[in-house]
Amino acid sequence: MARIIVVTSGKGGVGKTTTSAAIAMGLAKKGHKTVVIDFDVGLRNLDLILGCERRVVYDFINVINGEASINQALIRDKNCNQLYILPASQTRDKDALTQEGVGKVLEELSKEFDYIVCDSPAGIEKGANLALYFADDAFVVTNPEISSVRDSDRMLGILSSKSRRAERNEEPIKEYLLLTRYDSDRVKSGEMLGLDDVQEILSLELLGIIPESKSVLSASNAGIPVILNEKSEAGQAYADVVARYLGEKLPHRFIDGKQGFLRRLFGGRK
Amino acid sequence: MLNTSPVLEFKSSTFFAPILILFKNDIAAIELALQEKVNLAPEFFKDSPLIIDLRELNKQNLDLDFIQIAGVLRNIGFFPVGIRGGNEQQNKQASSLFIPIDTAREQTNAGTTGEAQKPENTKPALSQPETTVIKELINPASAPPIYAAATLVTQPIRSGQRIYATGDLIIMSQVSAGAEIMAEGNIHVYNTLRGRALAGVHGNTDARIFCFDLQAELISIAGDYKTSEDLNKQIYKKPVQIYLQNHALIIKEIA
Ligand SMILES: Nc1ncnc2c1ncn2[C@@H]1O[C@H](COP(=O)(O)OP(=O)(O)OP(=O)(O)O)[C@@H](O)[C@H]1O
Ligand SMILES: [Mg+2]
Repeated sequence: MARIIVVTSGKGGVGKTTTSAAIAMGLAKKGHKTVVIDFDVGLRNLDLILGCERRVVYDFINVINGEASINQALIRDKNCNQLYILPASQTRDKDALTQEGVGKVLEELSKEFDYIVCDSPAGIEKGANLALYFADDAFVVTNPEISSVRDSDRMLGILSSKSRRAERNEEPIKEYLLLTRYDSDRVKSGEMLGLDDVQEILSLELLGIIPESKSVLSASNAGIPVILNEKSEAGQAYADVVARYLGEKLPHRFIDGKQGFLRRLFGGRK
Repeated sequence: MLNTSPVLEFKSSTFFAPILILFKNDIAAIELALQEKVNLAPEFFKDSPLIIDLRELNKQNLDLDFIQIAGVLRNIGFFPVGIRGGNEQQNKQASSLFIPIDTAREQTNAGTTGEAQKPENTKPALSQPETTVIKELINPASAPPIYAAATLVTQPIRSGQRIYATGDLIIMSQVSAGAEIMAEGNIHVYNTLRGRALAGVHGNTDARIFCFDLQAELISIAGDYKTSEDLNKQIYKKPVQIYLQNHALIIKEIA
């Protein structure tokens, strides 16, 4: 049985797809057979970040509609043979994603894979809800700014009430915080929220802080997930995230300037 | 082809709907009182089913046109789904609107919209006076009062989530900005309260709100409310209790 991870945020452009690609690659590199699914119908770019866009023949919706088998649609990653990608359709409309269809595909994949990573679209609409519905774990990707934190909080409410686990009264989805695009200088200068500010509102288990880094853009341009760039701080931070998720105890890095402007405005409570 | 899959199935289940007890037949006053309630929690009341209880009116021989009141309720956004305690004429009118008539239960433990009821007329009791008082009012010879159980919530209430308790509401985790918690009784939050908290929503002016860390967007007791703008800086982020005194919300730090 696979463990299903949803990478979600509510707010757009915070780094969900970057994160999905990185952690899927990280898990695969550790020897776990992993598939990453793009739920962003109409805006696919997971395949770009993984550098397999020219090998897409069939997509997620083809599989749901029974027009292709899962094995026909899965693309094996060129850097790691334990990693597979199920791309989104760029052309079809979102209504083709149905709960029943998604459930069937996930059930099939569960038999073969250790981890299924679901890259959620932004928003709190159907696509995002379907991406999280079957999840066991949620990586809540948040940027250190108020609107992103608010949207994450909203998403956490949906995770705890609208998932299959919630509907079946099972143990709730395990929720983790991933603070991305963290810019220590801007936190120190008070332009951005600090980790403490974010945690005061969300209070979640912190899986890692991903620093703002130019290497993220160059990695996605090259089609190689940033986690494979061991020189990059963002790459190292993602490697830590995967290790922590798998149970290793590692100290948090890239975290200068924990207190942002909220704290300085109101002062700590202790 | 043989197809044995069933076309339908009956299941026994309970369907919850609030009961609206009317004490006066002044339709304009009813409409105003209801609109005030709805404004407090528009999302909560939107498309809510409603059972209309006319027993009190008919006891006082106050006449009410059922078709007219049903129309008013629909306009506000309620769905009348039943009538109880109506007279022959009102029941006939309900039937003509395909609204079922509830004759089975002659007692009710339901709350009421506080506006139509004068607080001075009802003896304040200590913990859950609302249900008790109404019950006595309707049927003085009835069995001992039924207390609504307290609702305990241990997980965080996030933005966009809404909790409603028919009795007291006890929350152990944080309540996020953008969340809404409502109780017909008291509200206890043993954590940070950032969202909206409404106690005594059926008009119980004795209801109180207690919280460990007050950062609420809105607090309300029996319809009297304050927004975060009106909150005094002194009690911000402090443990407080909030209660009503002569229609004024009092916020006191718990030392
Ligand atoms: N740690 C980082 N440092 C610098 N840039 C980053 C970082 N993480 C993400 N980005 C950039 O932010 C942009 C959005 O990233 P990404 O596509 O992963 O977000 P998303 O949440 O999937 O967006 P959408 O909601 O549109 O699906 C991209 O240009 C990406 O290169
Ligand atoms: Mg994306």
